[in-house]
Amino acid sequence: MISPNLSAIFYLVSGVLFILALRGLSSPETSRQGNLFGILGMIIAVTVTFFSIGNFSSGFIFVIIFILIGGSIGAFIAYKIPMTAMPELVAGFHSLVGLAAVFVAISAFLNPTAFNLGSPGSIKLGSLIEMSIGAAVGAITFSGSIIAFLKLQGIMSGSPIIFKGQHPLNAIILISIFIIIYLLCSTQSSNLFWILLAVSFLIGFLLIIPIGGADMPVVISMLNSYSGWAAAGIGFTLENTALIITGALVGSSGAILSYIMCKGMNRSFFSVILGGFGATEESSSSQNKEQRPVKSGNADDAAFLMKNASSVIIVPGYGMAVAQAQHALREMVDTLKKNDIKVSYAIHPVAGRMPGHMNVLLAEANVPYDEVFELEEINNDFANADVAFVIGANDVTNPVAKTDPQSPIYGMPVLDVEKCKSVLFVKRSLSPGYAGIDNDLFYKENTLMLFADAKKMTEDITKNL
Amino acid sequence: MEIDPLIFRLSIFILSIFVGYYVVWSVTPSLHTPLMSVTNAISSVIIVGAIIAGLSGGTQSVFNTSSIFGFLAIALAAINIFGGFLVTQRMLAMYKKKKKEK
Repeated sequence: MISPNLSAIFYLVSGVLFILALRGLSSPETSRQGNLFGILGMIIAVTVTFFSIGNFSSGFIFVIIFILIGGSIGAFIAYKIPMTAMPELVAGFHSLVGLAAVFVAISAFLNPTAFNLGSPGSIKLGSLIEMSIGAAVGAITFSGSIIAFLKLQGIMSGSPIIFKGQHPLNAIILISIFIIIYLLCSTQSSNLFWILLAVSFLIGFLLIIPIGGADMPVVISMLNSYSGWAAAGIGFTLENTALIITGALVGSSGAILSYIMCKGMNRSFFSVILGGFGATEESSSSQNKEQRPVKSGNADDAAFLMKNASSVIIVPGYGMAVAQAQHALREMVDTLKKNDIKVSYAIHPVAGRMPGHMNVLLAEANVPYDEVFELEEINNDFANADVAFVIGANDVTNPVAKTDPQSPIYGMPVLDVEKCKSVLFVKRSLSPGYAGIDNDLFYKENTLMLFADAKKMTEDITKNL
Repeated sequence: MEIDPLIFRLSIFILSIFVGYYVVWSVTPSLHTPLMSVTNAISSVIIVGAIIAGLSGGTQSVFNTSSIFGFLAIALAAINIFGGFLVTQRMLAMYKKKKKEK
């Protein structure tokens, strides 16, 4: 058994190692080392906990057993999961953090003596407040992430679920959570604790169902943030520095990512949270656009255009992930490069279903990361490029965002794809994208539509090159 | 009068939020997905609380209602720790620079 002071110092060390783990992610070269810092921090935190309890009785064996069970499940998932399923995986993991926070809070509430928080029925006021906040946020994270997971996995429809009185209902539930916490702290009633958990599960569920599929980058980041705040709440209860530091890090990390994602869509955080985007825009201006002529081509035409280009910019989107086309795409690019054509990739902040989703898929297909550019870095290059190859992206290329103040996506930063000499647009049909609006790009003089599955089309082009 | 230790913990918390703020802004956007999976792994340091909860029964009663919740939390957090770090490692291993040609 080691002294509480010594273990507190070790917890601080592991907190610092976690900071270094995030710091490492500032560039791909240092990131792998950063991850090792994170692992080291975790090992220190767990080892110190064992020594500070100093109880190597039969219970200890069960701790090891449960770590091994969880660990092997986790390791199995980590090795099996395809990179395209990353958003689902992260959502699923968030739900586990939330549920673990809830379980720890329940355990502390039932047996406060073991945590040094007082005795059942007379838990220290401060600890009880921290515990209830941690439990409530954990429960919201859990049920919210489950819904996000089901939507991403396609088990639940990605379209927003909206009903009358939704917002007032949510507001009432949120206020009632605060009232329940207040009552719980004044009465110490265990019934109120269970009610608090039930209501928090409910609100997590209600908060996420009205949010549509393409807003998922914001939702995932937000839940990431919540999981951090839940951990911090438990950290205060347990008076544990490592948990407090980590909770704060993760909480602010998720908040920043949500902010970046909202900015990428030019939408306020609240309008995303209130949800329902894209559900009502359907009929606004669809009649006259049906007759506009569209040029469509085949793989042969596309190959011809690209062969005669000297620079090509590729714009990937969620459709590429769905069609699993990243490897086929890389092969096409390899062939282009053999013909001395300069190729780069342009990635919009909200392309895909989570922050950085496209970058991971391209990395998986062995695309070097120094050929992949963010919106601000590459947007001026479109004017000088010969061909833009849009694969699975839609709304993020729509010039309407710059020209039509009536459009729901007006003001959203978009890739200036239309400035290219010619645009190849791989898409299965002319149907509008997520925002429910027509893409003006389809009807431009210099656009050639390639109607096909992204993967098949890319393979065909490669054959024709 | 002595300062309540809670104030110190609150100070750590607030300062860590600022550290997090600056560190995360310096993360390159192309690594945002690994950032999410690694934050997910480190927030599972909540396993520390789960272990205390699991061992709360002492020697006489290893399994009671409180410790069972602890053990379940250990398993959940362990899924996240192993899954989170390993999948991050797997992703980061894929980020490669352009091969020097010629």
